[in-house]
Amino acid sequence: MAIISRSDRRERQSPASHVFGPAQETKGDLVVAQSLSNHENAKHVLEAKGLGIYYGDFRAVADVNIPIKRHKITAIIGPSGCGKSTLLRAFNRMNELVPGTNIEGEVLFDGENLYDSVVDPVEVRYRIGMVFQKPNPFPKSIYENIAWGARIHGFKGKMDDLVESCLRQAALWDEVKDKLNQSGLALSGGQQQRLCIARTLAVQPEVILMDEPASALDPIATLKIEELMQELKKNYTIVIVTHNMQQAARVSDYTAMMMLTDREAHSGTVIEFDETTRIFTNPKDKRTEDYVTGRFG
Amino acid sequence: MTTYKETEDIMLRKTFEHEIQQVKDDVLLLGSMVEQAILNTVEALKKRDIKAAHEILSADKLINKKRFDIEHKLMILIATQQPMAHDLRLLASCMEIISELERMGDYAKGIANINIRMGDAPLLKPLIDIPRMAQIGVDMLHRALTAFVNEDVETAQKLPVLDDEVDALYNQVYRELMTFVIQDATTIERANWLLWVAHNLERVADRVTNICERTVFIATGDMTEIKSTDDEFWKTQKNGS
Repeated sequence: MAIISRSDRRERQSPASHVFGPAQETKGDLVVAQSLSNHENAKHVLEAKGLGIYYGDFRAVADVNIPIKRHKITAIIGPSGCGKSTLLRAFNRMNELVPGTNIEGEVLFDGENLYDSVVDPVEVRYRIGMVFQKPNPFPKSIYENIAWGARIHGFKGKMDDLVESCLRQAALWDEVKDKLNQSGLALSGGQQQRLCIARTLAVQPEVILMDEPASALDPIATLKIEELMQELKKNYTIVIVTHNMQQAARVSDYTAMMMLTDREAHSGTVIEFDETTRIFTNPKDKRTEDYVTGRFG
Repeated sequence: MTTYKETEDIMLRKTFEHEIQQVKDDVLLLGSMVEQAILNTVEALKKRDIKAAHEILSADKLINKKRFDIEHKLMILIATQQPMAHDLRLLASCMEIISELERMGDYAKGIANINIRMGDAPLLKPLIDIPRMAQIGVDMLHRALTAFVNEDVETAQKLPVLDDEVDALYNQVYRELMTFVIQDATTIERANWLLWVAHNLERVADRVTNICERTVFIATGDMTEIKSTDDEFWKTQKNGS
């Protein structure tokens, strides 16, 4: 089973094998990849099908049907308040932390419904990690920021190797290798954000969700994150919400354009999903055209 | 929260819109400079007016300058406004179109240079078909630029067919000049001059087709070649028929 039942959790492999290799090459996941190889949707690591998201009676997101392709970067763009972050959080059941949240439809992760009753949401959040807008390292040392989650997750391998591997993957190692015991909070904003990415990698995710990961950073730190994303997508799948359309155009392979479509209900949905090059050169939907050319926002 | 409908009447990017309109106006202005140069250069040749030919050379410098000015404006707009989608296609296509126009200006200059090089030598024959070629080429260019401004895909796709008329006239001029050369080998140089003039005008019409292709691209996003029967013309030349 690809995911993620409570009974599975204790039996999962230690992430040691991940230290020197990508998540999908670990034994357990490889089986999943092989089992999916004959499946027409093998390239879709995640897929929203008829997905609607409610906060109480309020339907924030309606009828979203998009695939998230493996080892690609998918950007979610759209004006404020159209449900981009809500949709992103639905991909790792983070919305459930808000009381009264409910969903309809399904989100398939490696072909299985994330919202199935046997699925453990905590496990989901390990496998589908998240990086937030504001860097939020733990008030602990740089080393412990990486090690803590892995330790709780039952990591039994060499912790030093894991920490180094994650920091290298997050392009932070050279900047922090001599001060691993310093507080993560002492780093610059850009470094803190890369530390948060490294922390996400430590628990061996398949997918990394990024909610405006560079909006609090200066242009140089932003470009570092963007370059890092290009490296990370070789081993991980990334979904990013961004208000910065140039950023979406620069980094992503696919783009989902969201818009409030129901004026009365204020429900948002994906109005166009396509290759990023298409969205930014010749979108099909006039509303997308108006948004990416800055005529509507 | 605002919905699409609530803000669709709000004029966002007014400054950018204004600057795009200015670029379009500049392209039209460059186009009319080129049209005038083509008509003037053929008229100067027809009258064997060397002074007018020199004026064409000066006018070409203004055409080149205008092209660089527009290119500079386009670069600044691309750098500062980060155009996307239709805006991007429009600005990128303007870059192509001004290059086509500038080359057409060079053809007019080439004809003026031939006029100057001919010195006192009289025309081998009165010019009838060559001014027709120029007029059709200029008409095509004018209509192509109007189609560009209006993003009129239908006209842009139909216009290149007129290129066939120019090709037919070129074919006619070619055969006529060959007759002169066969009859009297001393006419070779003068025949060659006129053949180059006709060739330059034939190329003008070809470049109009390129502008039409850009117009289709701006409006639809489709980057395709519009077929004229130009290729067929060259096939028949190759076969010697």
